Amino acid sequence: MDVRDKLTVLADAAKYDASCASSGSKTTRPGSTIGSTEGMGICHSYTPDGRCVSLLKILLTNYCIYDCQYCVNRISSDTPRARFTVDEVVSLTMEFYKRNYIEGLFLSSGIIQTSDYTMEQLISVAKKLRTEQRYGGYIHLKTIPNASQSLIEEAGLWADRLSVNIELPTEGDLYKLAPEKRKPQIEGAMAGIRDKIDETKQEQKAGFKPPRFTPAGQSTQMIVGATDTPDVEVLKTASQLYSLQNLRRVYYSAYSPIPHADARLPGQSPPLVREHRLYQADWLIRFYGFDANEIVAEADQNLSLDIDPKLAWALANRHYFPVDVNKSSREELLRVPGIGARNVKRILNIRRFQSLASGDMKKLRVAWNRAKFFVLTADHNPALLNLDKLDLRSKAKPKTKQLLLFDAASSALSGEV
Amino acid sequence: MQSIHVETFDDWRDAARRLLASGVSPTDVQWIGGAERSLFDDAPSPTAAGLGGEGTTPSVPKAFLELARYVACHRESGRWSLLYRMLWRLTHGEPHLLQVTTDDDVHQLTLMRKGVSRDIHKMKAFVRFRKLETGGAEEQFIAWHRPDHRIVRLAAPFFARRFSGMHWSILTPDESVTWDQTSLHYGHGVPVSEAPDEDALEDLWKAYYASIFNPARVKVAAMKREMPVRHWPTLPEATLIDDLLRQAPARADAMIQTNEGFAETAAHFMPEHGDLVSLRLAAATCRACSLHQCATQTVFGEGSPLARIVLVGEQPGDREDIEGHPFVGPAGKLLDEALEHAGIDRRDVYITNVVKHFKFRETETPRGKRRLHQKPDSREIYACRPWLEAELAAIGPQVVVCLGATAAQPLFGRDFGITKDRGKVMRTDWCDSTIATWHPAAILRMQDAVRQAQMRTQLVDDLASVK
Ligand code: SF4
Repeated sequence: MDVRDKLTVLADAAKYDASCASSGSKTTRPGSTIGSTEGMGICHSYTPDGRCVSLLKILLTNYCIYDCQYCVNRISSDTPRARFTVDEVVSLTMEFYKRNYIEGLFLSSGIIQTSDYTMEQLISVAKKLRTEQRYGGYIHLKTIPNASQSLIEEAGLWADRLSVNIELPTEGDLYKLAPEKRKPQIEGAMAGIRDKIDETKQEQKAGFKPPRFTPAGQSTQMIVGATDTPDVEVLKTASQLYSLQNLRRVYYSAYSPIPHADARLPGQSPPLVREHRLYQADWLIRFYGFDANEIVAEADQNLSLDIDPKLAWALANRHYFPVDVNKSSREELLRVPGIGARNVKRILNIRRFQSLASGDMKKLRVAWNRAKFFVLTADHNPALLNLDKLDLRSKAKPKTKQLLLFDAASSALSGEV
Repeated sequence: MQSIHVETFDDWRDAARRLLASGVSPTDVQWIGGAERSLFDDAPSPTAAGLGGEGTTPSVPKAFLELARYVACHRESGRWSLLYRMLWRLTHGEPHLLQVTTDDDVHQLTLMRKGVSRDIHKMKAFVRFRKLETGGAEEQFIAWHRPDHRIVRLAAPFFARRFSGMHWSILTPDESVTWDQTSLHYGHGVPVSEAPDEDALEDLWKAYYASIFNPARVKVAAMKREMPVRHWPTLPEATLIDDLLRQAPARADAMIQTNEGFAETAAHFMPEHGDLVSLRLAAATCRACSLHQCATQTVFGEGSPLARIVLVGEQPGDREDIEGHPFVGPAGKLLDEALEHAGIDRRDVYITNVVKHFKFRETETPRGKRRLHQKPDSREIYACRPWLEAELAAIGPQVVVCLGATAAQPLFGRDFGITKDRGKVMRTDWCDSTIATWHPAAILRMQDAVRQAQMRTQLVDDLASVK
């Protein structure tokens, strides 16, 4: 099998992974001659699925001894198999990078032989890139479940980011769909990385120069929609990971139909809107001070699909409004639907010098169609009369389905609302 | 009314400084900015922090200078007068003006700056280097790119940082820049016809692009917004987009339709207690895959519950299926002999199979019906694997010997090759010493007598090695 065929198989196998970002790392590796990481990652291309291509995202191999049902690479699937050599991945990364096709490498792998053996292979790719090729670009390694702590620590020396996939929202889901994986083991691996990051930071604070360890932190991915676990559980798991494991990002991946799907899973198109709502809710938890429990208002414990979670929260908590754009606090402003964090900052700046009327709000490009029902401005805001009306929900929600999807695409990965 | 001709940010800054010092109001200046000459005759000086260096004019916020530096690269001809009006207002009673983003002038400048920043970002993203086949020792890379604004000098330092160990040039219609691994050199604009038009690697890149696209999630509008169509001509992968979109619905359908495997695995038939007796009883009722339908009975593992060694075969054969015990046919005979030669007592080991039901095809022969052994496929092996795992968990052996590739596959993975990996002691998730050797049936089937004898010896040696 030549490299092109392997690339076809092993990129195809990686396309279900949602994580793409290469941001968060801003360091120059001493001695590197090709490659830099500059804080914000760059998307070098987009595919017709609206997702960006910023990294060479491939598997080292899609052979696997595990049998996770949601995974196309599970051992019992008839999908075509391939395996890259370490040198092949190194050379592909360098050649793609030099042509400015990519921002870095995102390497993951099926498990072959043992977890440690597989992890060692991933490490040798990263190590070769850094030491032999003097490559300073971004590297994200997906750690292998059950790999030993010493290997994970070594991986962190070469990689910018490590991720341990939580895979599924709850222990029960794991039991059902990924019987070989266990939540305590997964969280144990995350804790190992977190401890090492903390240790490195403390040494830096104390004035030492410890070897760099995953400067871009760790992330995880969760598959959503493969089981009927409701959003509130998904978000609770995510908030726990943010607070306990100090994760930089949780990626939600709508369960996508996979070829050679296990008969135990339903064939269906991925619930993209749901995925998008989760990103929005996640954003509210991380940057807006919301709690997982208060965001999910529906009786079935899922996020509403037709309106964004901030609007849903506002509709359920009308007593909180109106918020006065010229007087209210930052925290209060952050809870207004349609006003994002950046605009809150702008509003606070501007109102030191002049007061804001509804026309100003439109100029700031807040989503006035949503915000207008909830704010007091310097001028008369007639929309505010609807705040206590029963039909506010239908008035405030986006008019067409099309709009919804458009909206969904725009912030699909950031989730900012 | 004065007419002032400016080309570059530096021109403008000098002129603005003079005008401001003499109190010339914005309404009394007409700015003429030619767009045809090269924008920068010399590099912008990055250290300039204030307009009023000599104390003749009041200084302005640093943020304004930065804003102006960006706006100066915009193609909009009104930029110079807008910048001067802004400067005037900042120094005439509105020092905080930049914060008031709702102000019309600020708003317009912000939009222009955004346009320039976005263009710089797109340049960083969409420049595609092509390697020149020079044959020289040093690799040479050239890209042709068409930015909206005159941003080459703002973007070039990024490329110098990122590709410092490479010789490269970026050509645009207005200006070009070259990096020689030490410094940046700017030159004239270059038409696309003078740029190299291929690179051997583009084929691989396209293969990657096509494979990483998930046809189950088409979102064309999102793609176009982030990757404007006007950049497509310089992106090799863009030629694939039409085809990918055309095939997407059918591919997504096919993905949804190709189900495989069984609705259940042996895990669904697990007894509450994991001891060998309970396991054996439960396995007798297993219906996880379709093999139970034609086979006579489940053939579970047998042997010492305290065994140090567990032998794992492929599946029961014709005789085993009828008698209900593993390895009792011709292959079992051969295994017995090999064990004896290796000095292992069969009563001390535990013998089982990865698949517990006989899989066969029935054929008519002149002497009646015959059941022809068939290899279990991967789905059957994995439906059945929980039984094997439960047996190993109950026994906790020190050594697991896989007989043949089919038996090795569930423990070592599918890239396991019996010819290359036979006899190696490896660690797996199930047992620290796991080893694979020939299946006795494979030895029996071997036509070549010399080879057969050799395989026999190897089987005995491998068994002896783990004794
Ligand atoms: S072969 Fe295994 S999984 Fe299939 S029915 Fe028999 S015991 Fe169950």
